[in-house]
Amino acid sequence: MNVNHSGGHKRRDFLKYLLSGGLIGFAGIILYPLIEYLKPPKQREVEVSSVLAGKTSDFEKGSGKIIRFGNKPVIVINTKENNFKAFSATCTHLDCTVQFRKDMSLIWCACHNGKYDLNGRNISGPPPKPLEEFRVVIKGEEIYVSKKT
Amino acid sequence: MKNFLKRIYLWIDERVKLNDLENFLGKKYVPIHSHSVWYYFGGVSLFLFVIQVITGILLLFYYKASSDLAFESIQYIMSKVEFGWLIRSIHGWAANLFILSVFIHMFSVLFERAYRKPREITWVTGIIMFFMALGFGFSGYLLPWNELAFFATKVGSDIVGAVPLIGEPLKIFMRGGDDVTGATLSRLFGFHVALFPGIFTVLLVIHLLLVQRQGMSEPLELEVEQKTEQKRMPFFPNFMMRDLLLWLIVLNLLAILAVFFPAELGIKADPFASAPAGIKPEWYFLFMFQTLKYFPGHIWFIEGEVLGILLFGVAGILWLLIPFWDVKSSKGKRNRIITYSGIFAVIYIIVLTILGWAS
Repeated sequence: MNVNHSGGHKRRDFLKYLLSGGLIGFAGIILYPLIEYLKPPKQREVEVSSVLAGKTSDFEKGSGKIIRFGNKPVIVINTKENNFKAFSATCTHLDCTVQFRKDMSLIWCACHNGKYDLNGRNISGPPPKPLEEFRVVIKGEEIYVSKKT
Repeated sequence: MKNFLKRIYLWIDERVKLNDLENFLGKKYVPIHSHSVWYYFGGVSLFLFVIQVITGILLLFYYKASSDLAFESIQYIMSKVEFGWLIRSIHGWAANLFILSVFIHMFSVLFERAYRKPREITWVTGIIMFFMALGFGFSGYLLPWNELAFFATKVGSDIVGAVPLIGEPLKIFMRGGDDVTGATLSRLFGFHVALFPGIFTVLLVIHLLLVQRQGMSEPLELEVEQKTEQKRMPFFPNFMMRDLLLWLIVLNLLAILAVFFPAELGIKADPFASAPAGIKPEWYFLFMFQTLKYFPGHIWFIEGEVLGILLFGVAGILWLLIPFWDVKSSKGKRNRIITYSGIFAVIYIIVLTILGWAS
């Protein structure tokens, strides 16, 4: 009788574990595709090695312009010394897009008053890092911007 | 006509026993005391939420949630659709008033200790709804797809990304990718019109059922003083009539605001344009935004901003769990810490909001 009783318990325990294990598994099977669905698919970055930023005549001395580099904004600057430079236009602080300030002769982020010099170095305000620099190559009249390797 | 209505009433009554409900409403009383005025803000918040649902549904008839069409569809609502400007302006203003009313409701509950036992669940559902109200504000802000909203969303989601461990995946989840794009718009639209309203409604039903079940809380002082003769007012119809009158005043206020200060649209967002000056979040985020500005780049080994976000996170959790750690109030004793921290929170929020506004 006793043996039977404990045997019954064991059987019941076994069924309990089987059932709860099954339920957990079942919940997992439902949750996994849901979570995966919510994760945005990795979009392949548009592989851009070099971009035509415009003609040198488009940039007067001491001016800057945002251009598309793949799907990222890049700022191209012609300094007062007629020197062409390009940096990532995404502020290293909180992702805003920077702009060239002629009056201050530097790169400025309007969101939180972050400032970078014309070498992309963060010189004032909250930005923690310098802007990533891009290579500028001038072929005749045309300005090409490419990633520094 | 009267007979006909009576017959309809009797027909329903026979099937669902309306009598019980009548009896219940007849027995519901609202305590009258010098702080009774605060009881109205829960009702005002509810009214404004209903306005949001109605105007939100109306906006859905014309709004198109895609980065190519969102801005233009709102332009269409504002300029071509009859009274479109009014519906959108009311939606915008009611959102602001809703959050203001919720703030007042929440702080009055705090100062009256209305969260104390047995109303812990009412407080917790209320605070989650408050956080969701902020979520409604954040997700709705991007929907017009204008320049200000675009960069404010970039900044706001980037701040979320700074949270250690879960920040980055959460940011990507919110944005629907690495950057703020049309995918972000689709996602926030889904949150704003489906996910949040669904969860919010469930919480609201629990919140309201609990208020009905447990009745109105009375301020601690009244309970402490053990007044023998307490004044009270029947909820139905006396208090309800007062509620309705206040709702009518709020509706008028909304109409005045919407007519004289209609919602603006600004310029369409361009991911390849520089951020304009004066990017600011909505006023109810300003105090947090302004606080983060005062944190230096690094404090010890941790980034200043991360520390700020963590502090706000801890404060939020403590806030949510007040009824569980303020045991004193539940025992009917005065707890001055709550009063002082409440006053500090109110002053802090007001001062930092003004500073953020002015900067």
